[in-house]
Amino acid sequence: MMSPSDHSSPSASVGLPPPVPEPKTAPAAFADDEVFRKSTLGAGRWTAVIGMLLVLAALLALLCLQFGAQFVGLNEMARIFARMVEATSDRRSESDVMATILLQVRLPRIFLGFLVGGCLAAVGVALQALLRNPLADPYVLGVSSGAALGVSVAVLFGVGTTVMAMSALPLCGFAGSVVALALMYRMAASYDRLPIHSVLLAGVILNAIFSALIMFITSIMDPNRSFGMMIWLMGSLMAPAYPTLLVFSLYAAVCLTLLFGQVNVLNVMAYGEEPARSLGVDTELAKRRILLFSALMTGAVVSVSGMVGFIGMVIPHAVRLMVGADHRLVMPASALIGGTFLMVADTFARTVVSPSELPVGIMTALVGGPFFVYLLAWRKDRMS
Amino acid sequence: MTAYPGHDLSSEPSESVDRGPFPVYDARSVRFHYGRMDPDAPQWALRDVSFSVKPGEMLGIVGPNGSGKTSLLKLLARIIPEQQGTIRLFGNRLTELRQEDVARDVGFVPQDTSQTFPFTVTETVLMGRFPHRHRAPWDLGFGWDSPGDRAIAQQAMVTMDVWKLATRRVTELSGGERQRVVIARALTQEPRVLLLDEPTAFLDLQHQVGICVLLHRLKQERGLTIVLVSHDLNLASQYCDRVLLLDRGQVVRLGVPSEVVQRDVLEAVYRCRVLVDCHPVSGLPRVTLPSRDMVT
Repeated sequence: MMSPSDHSSPSASVGLPPPVPEPKTAPAAFADDEVFRKSTLGAGRWTAVIGMLLVLAALLALLCLQFGAQFVGLNEMARIFARMVEATSDRRSESDVMATILLQVRLPRIFLGFLVGGCLAAVGVALQALLRNPLADPYVLGVSSGAALGVSVAVLFGVGTTVMAMSALPLCGFAGSVVALALMYRMAASYDRLPIHSVLLAGVILNAIFSALIMFITSIMDPNRSFGMMIWLMGSLMAPAYPTLLVFSLYAAVCLTLLFGQVNVLNVMAYGEEPARSLGVDTELAKRRILLFSALMTGAVVSVSGMVGFIGMVIPHAVRLMVGADHRLVMPASALIGGTFLMVADTFARTVVSPSELPVGIMTALVGGPFFVYLLAWRKDRMS
Repeated sequence: MTAYPGHDLSSEPSESVDRGPFPVYDARSVRFHYGRMDPDAPQWALRDVSFSVKPGEMLGIVGPNGSGKTSLLKLLARIIPEQQGTIRLFGNRLTELRQEDVARDVGFVPQDTSQTFPFTVTETVLMGRFPHRHRAPWDLGFGWDSPGDRAIAQQAMVTMDVWKLATRRVTELSGGERQRVVIARALTQEPRVLLLDEPTAFLDLQHQVGICVLLHRLKQERGLTIVLVSHDLNLASQYCDRVLLLDRGQVVRLGVPSEVVQRDVLEAVYRCRVLVDCHPVSGLPRVTLPSRDMVT
C-alpha cells in the first residue's frame, strides 16, 4: 500500500498522482481485541501485576521482620502475637522484649523503608518521563541534595530537635528541595519556558554545589554530631515513632496520589514537549506541577532517610524492561518494587555486620552504581 | 454527551470551536521571534505573514533553510504562541483556545519521532485519543481505552499500513515505520487539519511516494485539510494544491504550483541557479538541480 505498484497506467489527468491501489485490509468496523490485549495495558493485566507485587511485598515484609540482631522464626512470632492478643500482662518474659523489638523497632522501620523506596521510585518515574532521560532521578537532579542541605543547615544551627513536639527536619528538607527546585527553575527557564535539557544540566550543577556545601557544613560541625550526620547523609533508616510514621505516611500518600494523577500526562510527555502540546497537553503547567510534586515528596523522604541514591533511577528502568512503558502501570509498579527493594536492602544493611549497621545508601549504591554503569556502557541504544 | 471516559467527541462540535463558514486557518500579519529580542535590531523569524488555508486543500510551505517554515507550522499547531498579529482556526483566535481544543481539530506530525521509552505501536497510536478523553480530577488518569478509541486507532493503523506492527515497540522500528506510526497517531486524534513537518525527510524514494499518495488519499477521501512543510520543491509542486514560498520570514509567493515554482522566483529566493521544466505526466512545474557545466 505504501508503494503504488500500478505504474503501467499512469493517470493522464493533470495534477493527480497515479491511481492508488485499494488497501488490502478493509478498515475494521470494530477493534481487534486480541491485538489490543497483547499490545496495550488493560485493567486485567494492571490488576494482575499490582496484585502480584502486593503479595510479594507482604511476603518479603514478613521475611524481613524475622531477621535482625536476633532471628525470630515464624512459629515464635505467631506465639508472641498470640500472647499479646491474650493480653496477659501479669508476667514479663523474654518474649515481651521480643514483641517490643518486633513492633516498636523492626515493623516501623520496615514500613518506613517501604514508603521511602516507593516514593523515591515514583519520583524517579516522573522525572525520567518528564526529562525523557532514563538517567534522571531526584538524586542526580540535585533535589535530594537540596533537601539534604536544608536539613544540614538546620542541624548546624541546632533547629534539629523539636518544634511543637514534632521534628522540624522534614520541613527543613522540604524547604531545601523547594529552594533547589526554584534555583534550578531560575537557571533553566528561559523566556517563560522550561527547556528539558537545561533542567538536566542545571540539576547536575546544583547537585555539585549543594554537595560541596554539605561537605563544608559537615566538616565545621562538632565531630560527635558530624559522624551522625555522615551516616545520615549516606542514607540510613531509623525506626521511627509511630506518630512520626503516621504523619509521614499521610504526607507520602497525598504526594503519591498527586503524582499518580499525572500518569496519562506523563505518557504523552514522554514523547517530547512539542508532540505533547500537539496532543492537547498544557506542557508548561504539567512540568511545573510534576516538578513541584516531586520536590514535595523528595524533601520529606530525604529528611527521614538521608540520601538514598539510585532507587529512583534503577527501579523505574528495570520495571519498564518488565512491564513496558505505560506509566499507568510503570508508576505504581515502580513504587511497589522500589519499596520492596529498599525494605530488603535495609534488612541486609542492619544484619550484615550485626550487631552494628551499615547505612542503607551504601547497599543501594552498591547495587545501583554497577547498574548505572551497565546502562551507560552497554545500553547506549536505549538512551537518548 | 458522555457515555464513558474516552467517548468520541469529535463528531459533535465542542462548545468553544464554532466551525462556521470560516477558512480553516486565517493568519493576519503574524510576527514571531525566538528568544529575547534586541529592540534596535529586531530579528523576526516570521514577519507580517498573512495567508489563509481553505477547507480540504493541501498547502505546501517551502523555502530555504531558516526561512521560518517550521516556526510557521508550529504556530499553526499552537506549539508556540504568535507574538503579533492573529491566527484564527475556524474563525477562533488560536490564543483564546485551550490546547486540547486545538488538539481535537489539528493533528501535528513532528519531524523528530524518536522515543526513549519502549512504548508499543498501539500504545503510541492510542495516545491520539488523549485530547478526546474526559478527565475528571477524581479518576486519577486511570481511564482505560474505550472500544471506540480502539476502533479509531485500529482504523488509523490500517490506513497507515502499520497494523502489522501493532505489537512491536516503537524503539525497534525504522525511521520510516515510526513516521507512519506518528501519522497514525495524528489521525487517531480525528483532526480536520493535519500539519506535517518534513514528512518525507529521511525516507527513501518508495516511502516518499508512499507518504505523498497517502496524504493525497486522506485529502480526497476524508476531506482532510493538509499543511506540510517540505524542502522538496517537487513534492510540493506535484502533490500540493497551493504552495507558500517563504524567505527570511516573509511570504514571497502564495499560489498554485505553476505560479510559485518558477525559475526566476526560485533563483532569487534560493540564490542559486535551478532548472524548471514540466513534469511529463502531470504538466506541473518540475525543479532540477543545475548540471555541472551550468554552474562551472
